[in-house]
Amino acid sequence: MRRLTRRSAPVALPPVTATLIWILVALIAIGLYLSWTAGRLDRLHARIDAARAALDAQLLRRASVAQELATSGVLDPAASIVLYEAAHAARQAEEDQREVAESELSQALRAVFADPQQVEAVRAAPGGEAAARELTEAVRRVPMARRFHNDAVRAARALRRHRKVRLFRLAGHAPFPMAFEMDDEPPTALADRAT
Amino acid sequence: MRIGIVCPYSWDVPGGVQFHIRDLAEYFIRLGHEVSVLAPADDDTPLPPYVVSAGRAVPVPYNGSVARLNFGFLSAARVRRWLHDGAFDVIHIHEPASPSLGLLACWAAQGPIVATFHTSNPRSRAMIAAYSILQAALEKISARIAVSEYARRTLVEHLGGDAVVIPNGVDVDFFAEAEPNPDWQSEGEGGTIGFIGRIDEPRKGLPVLMRALPRILAERPQTRLLVAGRGDEEEAVASLPSELRSRVEFLGMVSDADKARFLRSIDLYVAPNTGGESFGIILVEAMSAGAPVLASDLDAFAQVLDQGAAGELFANEDADALAAAAVRLLGDPARRAELRKRGSAHVRRFDWSTVGADILSVYETVTDGAAAVAADERTTGLRARLGLARD
Repeated sequence: MRRLTRRSAPVALPPVTATLIWILVALIAIGLYLSWTAGRLDRLHARIDAARAALDAQLLRRASVAQELATSGVLDPAASIVLYEAAHAARQAEEDQREVAESELSQALRAVFADPQQVEAVRAAPGGEAAARELTEAVRRVPMARRFHNDAVRAARALRRHRKVRLFRLAGHAPFPMAFEMDDEPPTALADRAT
Repeated sequence: MRIGIVCPYSWDVPGGVQFHIRDLAEYFIRLGHEVSVLAPADDDTPLPPYVVSAGRAVPVPYNGSVARLNFGFLSAARVRRWLHDGAFDVIHIHEPASPSLGLLACWAAQGPIVATFHTSNPRSRAMIAAYSILQAALEKISARIAVSEYARRTLVEHLGGDAVVIPNGVDVDFFAEAEPNPDWQSEGEGGTIGFIGRIDEPRKGLPVLMRALPRILAERPQTRLLVAGRGDEEEAVASLPSELRSRVEFLGMVSDADKARFLRSIDLYVAPNTGGESFGIILVEAMSAGAPVLASDLDAFAQVLDQGAAGELFANEDADALAAAAVRLLGDPARRAELRKRGSAHVRRFDWSTVGADILSVYETVTDGAAAVAADERTTGLRARLGLARD
């Protein structure tokens, strides 16, 4: 042990150089950490984009099935008009009106399919079995997709609020992610299973 | 669809998560999907063709019992190779927060990742301590599934975010169509009480049932208690007066087929578990077989039993309450018949046809608008960051 110390003594660096090396090491470590965090953030933004695309697809699918049912003549005229109106509004809504329009479609679906007999009537019609199945799937998947989207948004927001991210502007110009808030409660007659 | 499933616990050791993954994989294969399961297993254990071994698991105490887990350099390399060879559309990781293959796969993969959280340990200090490390891995998960509302609540409390609730699946008809075994049916008036679970694990609650048994036998001396499960039988009956010990019968480990026949034969299934349960698959199996269920009022059990509508609940760890309820139910065939009927209707939502379709919906939701799973080159460290990694 003693010999080791003696041998290392002559190569001791001047204090200034040693300090500089330590500063350099610290800077590289901080740089790597920030680059890793930026990578995390990038991944989260990609996840939000994918989740948002999936949510859009599910919402569109739901509105399409609703519109198909509304124009099929299986439902009574009043229900048809209510459903058609809501489905049409949901598909055409501007981005800032989307949450309201989709919530209204949920309410319309709940009103029209409040009664299990209505669902039975749809199933009994020719091709109705497939339509009922598609609608059941759609009203089940919209809440799923929305939950996954909002979960990604929450994770990204938590990271973006962090000091290091704000201080070093790691998020760049990506807009602050917003959750998609809507009423997505499915009609009970179509969602008879464990929650 | 090419589906990769990651099992965190040893394939050769029977357990709830392993059975769930086995049934899920076989359900998807029947539907024509390509499934590969990555699970810890000894290299010489025979595995089903769809299981890939991730190496031997090490026994470690975790979450109140001894779990066999995988970690370390070798396992991580196997996870990467599996991800690379599989070219999956989606991977489904079970128990991603446990320090095993799930977490390794989370680190190593990118793309659509679905995760199921099975445990709901309300005071997992390890989870809180490792929060920031976990968070970086868990935020890659595109869709989280919790097995019960209770598990979801724990998840939200501990890790933030949200999850959809999809219960564990059971092959309801397998249990409903099993042939009762006369040996396990009641002789005359007494009735038989059934218990399935590890005998030597206090968490499973056999000691509570043993404390209640003298009172049950005092009221109904003809009653028999049938116990199926591993453990020391001598020790289990040590607290009983010796003249009552003959009323307890130990069947040891039973096969799946015998378990179904067992549940078809008994007059009352008792689940006295004292905690650590996030779902309660055995209750669903008992109801599928038409056995009336009496369970402790754990949150998870209350939910499976529809807050007491599909089976009766007693105050947790209260042997007197258990005894009173058991005596009342054994003496009331009409009530038992009602529970049978309600239970059988209630369990349909836990059948694989429903549960599997829901899980497939989750897969399809996350694969919409996302690329396939790949090994995550962004986390390979310095080499990748400096652009030296090979494609």
